[in-house]
Amino acid sequence: MLKAFENGADGVMVMGCLEGNCHFVNGNFRARARVARVSRILETIGIGAERIRMFNLSAGEGARFAAFVSEFTDEIRNLGPSPINVARQEPAKIPTGEINV
Amino acid sequence: MITGTPKPIEEILQMLEPYDTIILAGCYGCVTVCRVGGEKEVEILASTIRLAREASGKKITIKEVCLERQCDPEYIETMRPYVEDYQAVLSIACGAGIQFLAEKYMLTPLLPGINTGFLGVTERQGEWAERCQGCGDCVLHLTGGICPVTRCAKSLFHGPCGGSSKGICEVGKDVPCGWQLIVDRLKSLNQMDNYTKLKPYKGWNTSRDGGPRRIFREDMI
Repeated sequence: MLKAFENGADGVMVMGCLEGNCHFVNGNFRARARVARVSRILETIGIGAERIRMFNLSAGEGARFAAFVSEFTDEIRNLGPSPINVARQEPAKIPTGEINV
Repeated sequence: MITGTPKPIEEILQMLEPYDTIILAGCYGCVTVCRVGGEKEVEILASTIRLAREASGKKITIKEVCLERQCDPEYIETMRPYVEDYQAVLSIACGAGIQFLAEKYMLTPLLPGINTGFLGVTERQGEWAERCQGCGDCVLHLTGGICPVTRCAKSLFHGPCGGSSKGICEVGKDVPCGWQLIVDRLKSLNQMDNYTKLKPYKGWNTSRDGGPRRIFREDMI
């Protein structure tokens, strides 16, 4: 998850099965706890806790998937580029509204 | 195993402030098992440090390594070819491993990335609890396999104190009274006579009182 930010992501979505439906029984609950840890790390180092979030849905929910992606992308667009990407480029060179999710 | 907890990232970043190139060294021993200093934690901490430093405009180069054990010289030697190419080593092994690295590489500053905890067990995924204080004079055969030194908050040797109430120690509502555990276990083993075999007093000369301890095994030297 952190590697994604190192590789230039402005936001990261983690998709898991519906709670209670994980093939690995409690795998998605553990994933949620891991995401919460990374979120705390991002907050601590000034990148922002809200740049990573976990979503739960089933493989058959294409429309819901699209809605989640649109919602999260809008949120990240409102936040703007992550401080890493800001540091990597001169602020003037970052195209307005362009983000990596 | 030896347990530990991660140091706050702010503290680690402060320690790393003077350095631009470091080795981040994990250990495949105890700290891997208690999820604080193994290969995966090396990767997570390295990413965290790189992100924090880059966001603050001061990039850092990190060589990520994980030694088989940092408490054995042959594994520490594997770092020798490149250790002086870096300004410092941040180790997330236990305090013993970090000190051993420091002894072997006198010219390289060693920084601790974790706070070493206690000798303990995994009670469940993500929860560890202390079981041994290494007093050097084990009496578990007399106490039903439950250590009075560790499990009793006062390390008493002659039964519970007045702070034991309904099986709970006065130091915390989640702390069982060690002596209640011992007596319950001795009763279930039908070994309550062991209760009278305990020594009149506990000698601490085998514990930390004499300074750092050392073990010699003549058959192995």
